Amino acid sequence: MSDKSHDPNQMTGAAMIVRALIDHGVTDIFGYPGGAVLPIYDEIFQQSEVQHILVRHEQGAGHAAEGYARSTGKPGVALVTSGPGATNMVTPLTDALMDSIPLVCISGQVPTHLIGNDAFQECDTVGITRPCTKHNWLVRDVNDLAKVLHEAFYVATTGRPGPVLVDVPKDVQFATGTYHPPRKSDVHRSYAPRVKGDASQIRKAVSLLAGAKRPVIYSGGGVINSGPEATKLLRELVEVTGFPITSTLMGLGAYPASGKNWLGMLGMHGTYEANMTMHDCDVMLCVGARFDDRITGRVDAFSPGSKKIHIDIDPSSINKNIRVDVPIIGDCGNILGDILQVFKAEAKKPDIKSWWQQIAQWRARNSLYYRKSNDVILPQHAIQSLFEATRGKDTYITTEVGQHQMWAAQFFGFEEPHRWMTSGGLGTMGYGLPAAVGVQVAHPDSLVIDIGGDASVQMTMQEMSTAVQYELPIKVFILNNQYMGMVRQWQQLLHGNRLSHSYSEALPDFVKLAEAYGAVGLQVHKPGDLDGAIKEMISVKRPVLFDCRVAALENCFPMIPSGKAHNEMLLPEQANDEATAKAFAGGKALV
Amino acid sequence: MNQPASAYFIEERHDPNETHTLAVLVQNEPGVLARVIGLFSGRGYNIESLTVSETEAQKHLSRITIVTTGTPMVIAQIKNQLDRMIPVYQVVDMTQTRRSIERELAMVKVRGQGEHRVEALRLADAFRARVIDATTESFVFEITGNTDKINQYIDLMRPLGLVEVSRTGVAAIGRGPEGM
Repeated sequence: MSDKSHDPNQMTGAAMIVRALIDHGVTDIFGYPGGAVLPIYDEIFQQSEVQHILVRHEQGAGHAAEGYARSTGKPGVALVTSGPGATNMVTPLTDALMDSIPLVCISGQVPTHLIGNDAFQECDTVGITRPCTKHNWLVRDVNDLAKVLHEAFYVATTGRPGPVLVDVPKDVQFATGTYHPPRKSDVHRSYAPRVKGDASQIRKAVSLLAGAKRPVIYSGGGVINSGPEATKLLRELVEVTGFPITSTLMGLGAYPASGKNWLGMLGMHGTYEANMTMHDCDVMLCVGARFDDRITGRVDAFSPGSKKIHIDIDPSSINKNIRVDVPIIGDCGNILGDILQVFKAEAKKPDIKSWWQQIAQWRARNSLYYRKSNDVILPQHAIQSLFEATRGKDTYITTEVGQHQMWAAQFFGFEEPHRWMTSGGLGTMGYGLPAAVGVQVAHPDSLVIDIGGDASVQMTMQEMSTAVQYELPIKVFILNNQYMGMVRQWQQLLHGNRLSHSYSEALPDFVKLAEAYGAVGLQVHKPGDLDGAIKEMISVKRPVLFDCRVAALENCFPMIPSGKAHNEMLLPEQANDEATAKAFAGGKALV
Repeated sequence: MNQPASAYFIEERHDPNETHTLAVLVQNEPGVLARVIGLFSGRGYNIESLTVSETEAQKHLSRITIVTTGTPMVIAQIKNQLDRMIPVYQVVDMTQTRRSIERELAMVKVRGQGEHRVEALRLADAFRARVIDATTESFVFEITGNTDKINQYIDLMRPLGLVEVSRTGVAAIGRGPEGM
């Protein structure tokens, strides 16, 4: 027995957790203590390698870890207690699952002998989180803990990344067992995501690309998840082929917005040129995107004349919504490399001059047009001013969900990946503020801005307190129109302008709220004051709530109405009452 | 057709449904069955029959046999969704291979007297069902076969005093010398 006490790998479960974090290179975690994780917090207290950021609500820990992960490419880690701690994590876990964000959540659980007894702060955490994680584990024996923790990191970060959860009962945290560093045998033998693409499929893809007359590249978040090499190769492929490229919300930044082949974002609020190019193309190369319903519009009228190539690491993404002709399963970066190699060796740049001429005509419609005003700030103008003011700066943008999010995607140009953190798949209002906290922790000297709406930011406003505590100078840029703008837009378009509960009757005074938290509050009403206020916001080295009062009734265009195809977009200049009514004519009468 | 006022495109699918039997080889660990069933309920897939048991105790392997229906695109989705689960080793579409045998076992309790009793026994003989329990007024029959045969037998027992049925669900295996 005396031998064992000197064995450095003998330790408590709680100590193993901290040790595993260190072994996986984790330097920052986000969490909230509680009864069932106190042994872990005791270990955290006695070391200095892992910094713990205390949030104000577990949902904040999850989104902060997501922001951290998305802006670094490393897994984000959250630590929460049992019961409500774990249930509060359900939203961020689901969010991370939808957007393929590597997240490792460690949750405390009541002692094993109490599991199933409705103990205080007990819930069936693995049962509740099973459908919202890539995988999860309940560890009943301290000697399994090291293996499970290592597997958790491996599963979260390989293949299609995603959230995982390890539920650790309190007695397992106290118990002593044997730790081992990460090793290959820690992982299920049944888990082996495919990386390399099938060579014959790659040849088929190249021959389609080489023969294309009206091609388009449609890229998504998978390119960013794959890593810097995939981004580099995507840019090279665009260069070598001369093809136009559009991207999903999640994929912004993989190809630079200033690039000459950039069409802007596609989909429901994408640009006219991006959607028309998708609709009329003859060859579509989809890289790391999943034909989501916000992208496709009406599926039976989606790009009807094209041959479709789909690169995805997840076989279940293939033929889920849209039938494709050449599926290639594997890692984007790896496959893009192979495609480029074959293309360079065997094909030459197709002549697509007339296609570009056609695209130029679509571009000329200027689908992001809006009418500026001298009296009131247009939200689009506010985003553009913010973009101009941050040009050349080391900037990261997070968003909440709604109109402001779409305007940010439309009007803020991203030149690099990992600079844009938004809740795409789940559409989580309240994502952006805690995500900004996470991004700022990862990049303490960068400019981190949450572009929010007045409704969204109130969902996780308490994390301002976290920002103040850790001196994280996040900027919360609120496009305040006193409405849940996107909800109202849909009510106007689809529900006879009956604005049911989409108006915020009692907004807080955001300036005073900021001051109450110990942050800085700024407010601007007039277009003429906007640039100066933004400059001030950027120069302040403390957290800021920026209350930007914008035109209350502005709506987000262009737009693909529901049940319509890419070539039936509603453009801003057409969005008068009559055209809107016609575009949305469906089962319900419109005003 | 007119779409209702909705943020979602509501598609009407007209592809015909197919019935497929899937054999799923999984790591036998806590929660694995819940994962598989949760996938089906969560994504709105059908389960017509589900059979599960450990098949290789030393390797901790279990085999789940699922009979499901859906359009060809949905069936392909189901297979891919199952295959990407961490504890799933392999998914084989026994229907697609066209070289599989399917069997189900049922225990059928019938209560009756006189002519009904005699008729039940006669039919049991014709279907090669065995009597595994008997009283002066009841029988429990054990019958093995494919799903159609068992359905047919149960239908025949109904007018003869069918009391209850317990079925195992479908188990399937490929023909020939090769394993899964």
